[in-house]
Amino acid sequence: MSTVTEVANGIGQSVRRPDGIPKVKGEFAYSSDMWADGMLWGATLRSPHPRARVLSIDIAAALAVPGVFAVLTHEDVPGRKTYGLEHHDQPVLAFDEVRYQGEPVAVVAADHPETARYAASKIEVAYEELEPLVDPEFALSDASPPLHPGGNLLRHVYIEHGPEPGEADVVVSGEYEVGMQDQAFLGPESGLAIPAEDGGVDLFIATQWLHVDRDQVAACLDLPLEKVRFTLAGVGGAFGGREDVSMQAHACLLALHTGRPVKMVYGREESFFGHVHRHPARMRYEHGAYADGRLAWVRARILLDGGAYASSSSAVCSNAASFALGPYVVPSARIDSYVVYTDNPPCGAMRGFGAVQTCFAHEAQMDKLAAALDMDPVQLRRRNAMETGSSMPTGAPINCPAPVDELLRLVHERPLPEGDGAVPGGVANVTRGEGVVRGVGYAVGFKNVGFSEGFDDFSTARVRLSEVRGEPLVEVHTAACEVGQGLVTVMAQIARTELGVENVLVLPADTQVGSAGSSSASRQTHMTGGAVQAACRAVREEWEGRGAIGDGIEATREYHHRLTQKLDAKGQGDAHVTFAFAAHRAVVDVDTELGLVRVVEIATAQDVGKAMNPLAVEGQIEGGIAQGLGLALMEEIQVVDGLVRNASFTDYLIPTILDMPPVELDVLELGDPDSPYGLRGIGEPPTISSTPAVVAAVRAATGRELRRVPLRPDDMIGL
Amino acid sequence: MRLTCVVNGEPREIDGVWEGESLLYVLRERMQLPGSKNACEQGECGSCSVYLDDVLVCSCLVAAGQVEGRTVTTVEGLAPTEDELHPIQAAFVEAGAVQCGFCTPGLIVATHDLLARNPSPSDAEIREALAGNLCRCTGYEKILDAVRSAAEA
Repeated sequence: MSTVTEVANGIGQSVRRPDGIPKVKGEFAYSSDMWADGMLWGATLRSPHPRARVLSIDIAAALAVPGVFAVLTHEDVPGRKTYGLEHHDQPVLAFDEVRYQGEPVAVVAADHPETARYAASKIEVAYEELEPLVDPEFALSDASPPLHPGGNLLRHVYIEHGPEPGEADVVVSGEYEVGMQDQAFLGPESGLAIPAEDGGVDLFIATQWLHVDRDQVAACLDLPLEKVRFTLAGVGGAFGGREDVSMQAHACLLALHTGRPVKMVYGREESFFGHVHRHPARMRYEHGAYADGRLAWVRARILLDGGAYASSSSAVCSNAASFALGPYVVPSARIDSYVVYTDNPPCGAMRGFGAVQTCFAHEAQMDKLAAALDMDPVQLRRRNAMETGSSMPTGAPINCPAPVDELLRLVHERPLPEGDGAVPGGVANVTRGEGVVRGVGYAVGFKNVGFSEGFDDFSTARVRLSEVRGEPLVEVHTAACEVGQGLVTVMAQIARTELGVENVLVLPADTQVGSAGSSSASRQTHMTGGAVQAACRAVREEWEGRGAIGDGIEATREYHHRLTQKLDAKGQGDAHVTFAFAAHRAVVDVDTELGLVRVVEIATAQDVGKAMNPLAVEGQIEGGIAQGLGLALMEEIQVVDGLVRNASFTDYLIPTILDMPPVELDVLELGDPDSPYGLRGIGEPPTISSTPAVVAAVRAATGRELRRVPLRPDDMIGL
Repeated sequence: MRLTCVVNGEPREIDGVWEGESLLYVLRERMQLPGSKNACEQGECGSCSVYLDDVLVCSCLVAAGQVEGRTVTTVEGLAPTEDELHPIQAAFVEAGAVQCGFCTPGLIVATHDLLARNPSPSDAEIREALAGNLCRCTGYEKILDAVRSAAEA
């Protein structure tokens, strides 16, 4: 049953999104657009302090505000008082202590959002302020006050790869820092909870993983799973920021308490406090190499600030270790990766997940090494490029295509862009070219696809074939979250190809079908695509056996990727399913008098295994590069003494259409031996090596070391 | 207060509007027109772009009372009929300029305004005109494609 039917709008074609038309008409229902008769609005009171004891909470004045229906605190959480992806360490509503600025303390439901916010401001909380623990290095020391019962070390991953580092002809070292980046999805956290007649609740929610949200919320509500039903509402982007629960439990609590539908919608400022961010990192690297450019050994120490709660920190820490060396053959390495609790904002998943931070560091090191060896930086990278069969520092071989050398060759051989008269800073800059310097930089990176370290990752699809007015119709039902990436398009393409039926309907994602796993880790087309493929093949077999559709044929199938292993005490194990690679070349113009950068062009090459939808592949690559460019040049949540200084789009800058250059693309399709159609996840690699490529270009233009991102104007002036 | 205005060609009269509400809130929550999006509430992202009379505005920055007696056109009011798309809307779908789509309504109204002023803009003019509309998904390349193609249509 491996035959693939030629059908219009099947896999490999640039099929247009089924939700494109409602989205351009303004009719697509995002989570913030949900509405129900008699609906109330929820609001959240958050801690103004990064660390304090909660002495008392007085809700009387808030309850007395006309239009208020409920004011709830931790005492009103009937079930488990905490939640979390890997550790249940985060309070639904604060009880003994608050551990970061913006931690939810109480929630209100009222008949108008402004009334709810006003009432929340009338809640009187007595705090005893404590000295916040904001330095991750101090958090690592025994002298720091433990913020959680197990202490402040959330995880330490040690990798011992090859013999002890020894001789080298050249040694370069450096310290690097990555600031706290925000996912900055445009559709803020929101949802509508509707109490049900059976005592349960239905939640319409924008998320990345319905089942894991549902499981956490059901435990907090003390309800059986079948009474907590989640349906995906329209998602306005995610990028990792919706892996953790935000307002899910709060809206459900308020709905169950009031007996009325309750909608919660965060504003932008609240959104900055409402989700986890990319871990800030401090990294110390030492690279030893032979005179001919071959790497001899690497030592790396990585310290990630996990913030107040665990979220997915331990997996990020492990990823940072696994990908610390970059896609290079390194005979010997010693890697320590730490993540600690602090009173800074909680950090967790964001596109690139640990590999972004270390890629910035290892690529800076490769450039430094090239300079020390007097070698071309691309030549140095190509000489050390990983290939299929190369060993990961975790000991396992790379089994999939690993075209590192080819990707570098492609971006290197592209013609360089000419000057077009534009200058950094745009029309406001009066320079006629004086003080403007051009630079070109390269970087390459890689990352795991799917969940690692022994997690039995799977997705479920239910496919039903029926006849409607004499025509076959396929319905695809999964719990997989369309977050903008185009999964709804590709699921339909797979069904068309497998069943030869053009008319395919992708049903809304909900918890009435088995888990699809998370729309993260570049995994969803691979995993849910695999489940849809398997379910379609089962339907097709039945159809061919019967010779007729009759009253319909239905099949539900799970797709599991191959099992992986946990890492042992020396960081060894076959921990990852498969890998995705990309390379970038950035060309920049730097105004060295004003400290302004204009990215002139990004060239990239990426292996996608199989381009299921070429137009969507391009969109993922271009969009991912924009986020990488943002981290290089502008994006940082500034936290001072545990307080966020820039929780708005006025002060937290993301790239505009003026900041993004044209992207020149080479897409390789080197089929993966172990995935449906040979496809390989595409979402994250564009964000990983684009940042170091931009920084390398600025470095080339200015000669500065540039050891921290995002770059600041001061880093580039006064040459 | 009572608000009287014309929205997408239809006279509307809305009672019970609180003075602190924005045009965006009234459109979304009182007129069943949720197409205009709220992503920043401070005029930085352009997701709530609408026409007030014939001027492109961020509806989050317009107090509801300022709209009294005036005309508003939103993304819902651009297509010629219910079953058709405006050529700009069609170009966005066709070019792959829509991913999560949260920025899309604002970008479509802003593009409409650009092409009304300048039917064949250069790339630099497109970038300048759309610099007030943030998109987090696409990297803007396909948005440029969509605008170029809509300009040719």
